[in-house]
Amino acid sequence: MNTLKFITAGNVDDGKSTLIGRLLYDSNSIHTDQLGILQKQTKASQNGEIDLSLITDGLRAEREQGITIDVAYKYFSTDKRKFIIADAPGHEQYTRNMITGASNADLIILLVDARKGITEQTKRHASIGSLMGIKKAVVAINKMDLVNFSENVFEDIKQDFEEKRAELNYNEIIYIPVSALQGDNIVEKSENTPWYTGEAILPYLEKVEISTNVQSLARFQVQWVIRPKDDAFHDYRGYAGLVLSGSYHVGDKVKILPTGIESEIIKIERHQKEVEKAQAGENIVLHLKDNIDISRGDSIVKVSEAPQEANQLKTWLCWFDNTPLNLAKTYLLQHRFKTVRVKIQSIEQKWNINEWQFSPTEEVRLNDITQVNIKTNQALFFDAFKEIPQNGSAILIDETTFNTVGACMFL
Amino acid sequence: MNDYLEQLEDEAIYILRETAAQFEKPALLFSGGKDSIVLIHLALKAFRPAKFPFPLVHIDTGHNFPEALAFRDKLVTEIDEKLIVGYVEDSIKKYNLKETQGRFPSRNALQTYTLLDVIQANEFDACIGGARRDEEKARAKERIFSVRDDFGQWEPKLQRPELWNILNGKIHKGHNVRVFPISNWTELDVWNYIKKHKIELPNLYFSHERDCIVHQDKLVAISDFIQPLPTDVVVKEKVRYRTVGDMTCTAAVPSTASTIDEIIAEIIETSISERGQTRLDDQLSEAAMEDRKKQGYF
Repeated sequence: MNTLKFITAGNVDDGKSTLIGRLLYDSNSIHTDQLGILQKQTKASQNGEIDLSLITDGLRAEREQGITIDVAYKYFSTDKRKFIIADAPGHEQYTRNMITGASNADLIILLVDARKGITEQTKRHASIGSLMGIKKAVVAINKMDLVNFSENVFEDIKQDFEEKRAELNYNEIIYIPVSALQGDNIVEKSENTPWYTGEAILPYLEKVEISTNVQSLARFQVQWVIRPKDDAFHDYRGYAGLVLSGSYHVGDKVKILPTGIESEIIKIERHQKEVEKAQAGENIVLHLKDNIDISRGDSIVKVSEAPQEANQLKTWLCWFDNTPLNLAKTYLLQHRFKTVRVKIQSIEQKWNINEWQFSPTEEVRLNDITQVNIKTNQALFFDAFKEIPQNGSAILIDETTFNTVGACMFL
Repeated sequence: MNDYLEQLEDEAIYILRETAAQFEKPALLFSGGKDSIVLIHLALKAFRPAKFPFPLVHIDTGHNFPEALAFRDKLVTEIDEKLIVGYVEDSIKKYNLKETQGRFPSRNALQTYTLLDVIQANEFDACIGGARRDEEKARAKERIFSVRDDFGQWEPKLQRPELWNILNGKIHKGHNVRVFPISNWTELDVWNYIKKHKIELPNLYFSHERDCIVHQDKLVAISDFIQPLPTDVVVKEKVRYRTVGDMTCTAAVPSTASTIDEIIAEIIETSISERGQTRLDDQLSEAAMEDRKKQGYF
């Protein structure tokens, strides 16, 4: 049993919160006392029925405004899988929150109102998911009950989206006709859509396979050096970190970057136990043959699998701060465990997420998705985000406020 | 792909090491409850054979279960790490604080004073805690690195976006960060992890006999802090604790579960949430937790 992280995109009007509420409710993940609170909140307005959408609105400000502002994480599990839902707001003014949620998701559910079809918002959400490297998408065509479960309506919307998919980087898109409100095709296949031959949402989510990057080139950055200060472990010097991609074996010839010094892995520990190999996603402690000066942020790669090295690079930049990008200013770029100082040298273009077109721009403002050229004060050892996302992503930090002001996906 | 418990474990160890690397003076808040006991277990995996790069901090409310304190001391001795204890009694005297009124007074609000004092006195810039997002609605939006200002305040609108698993721990002097390595764990995950790794827990978590007052369908143990009134219904029941907070405001659960497997079976069966079943202090208002967090509570 493993975990599937997914993000739901859409807004309250599309029935997004109702869909999440439905998944939690039908998988028995809502406790009775929480339901009691929901019933209190729903009050008399809904003639006794529980408003499932209230399950996801956590903060008072959100309840007051009836919208989701922040990313909320929800958990449920079935006997086949554990699920983590990133519930992100759908409004354009909260694009940054959706980018944040998407950065931690394996799959995106795009909710489409069957009466409205593919809208500007659907395109925006589809574009963000694709940009953030999500490979699987479920287009959930919702409110089918309001269009008499019409196969034609479903097919038209599907066709419309299929025409656009060439511009997106998803490698699997499936279409499911649903009614979140009534529960059609959520947990079980609905009798109201006899023409639909696919699966309901939950069974699909239970079995969809998520590709790991175990097959990619091996990438590892030193996160923390373990050097016990007592006599029993006097010679112990272990380099702790996360295998970002690929795999490492005892005996691998490796190169330390930036120094370029070569060595060999003589021991790999995982949770204090010696192992022969370690793969993407695992925390390990590496031991090298030679006594080399290595610190946090240094990369350990296989001799034959060098990453790119540069101090000038082109990158996607998604802007998160209320203060626009200042080209005269120096920012901090945190590339996993290595932080360098950077300047944005030039803004190439802006991606218009509603129209799916680039346009020239002079500035980078809140929620803008742009391509820029940056210059760093030390060389970075990186990969293109499309190749190895774990080594091709970074955050931009304001040097004075320390806020996370941007997300970078290296091109 | 690894098993989900292994994925959660990897994520937590990653966060613990990131905390050690990014902060000058971190601390691990240890309550004696199962979640913080799991944190200790994870820290052993993250840092051994070296010592922890942080001390353990316990905020002693003065209303603790004696069993939890005894367990705390035993564990600290076993792992041979440093423990700092902050006493809520001291803060009450120092600030002339008023105890919460009512039958089952909670020192939850008061312990914030002690926590902030300990943070200031030791110049801690990061405090690791065992809170989980599944516990409560206001927690569902909590960050892994949650930035607090000089007053320990949490401002939900100003929280930093957290992309991928790149954690930004840069802060101004005087500010500090609350770190939640087991954010993505659920109550059941914690129990399954305890089972998998045979982690020892205080016996409070297993079924035992106790004299309790029946208060609004909840069982509150009779102790030095809570004495029965003549009008109370007092029962001797087989109970266990699902959470371990203060004796004054944590309710026991009727249970005969004496093994981890039996406890897990009960949790799967039960239809009431952890906090809903055992905390007498979160139900005052729908936003009780949100408000407490804004004031510096965990």
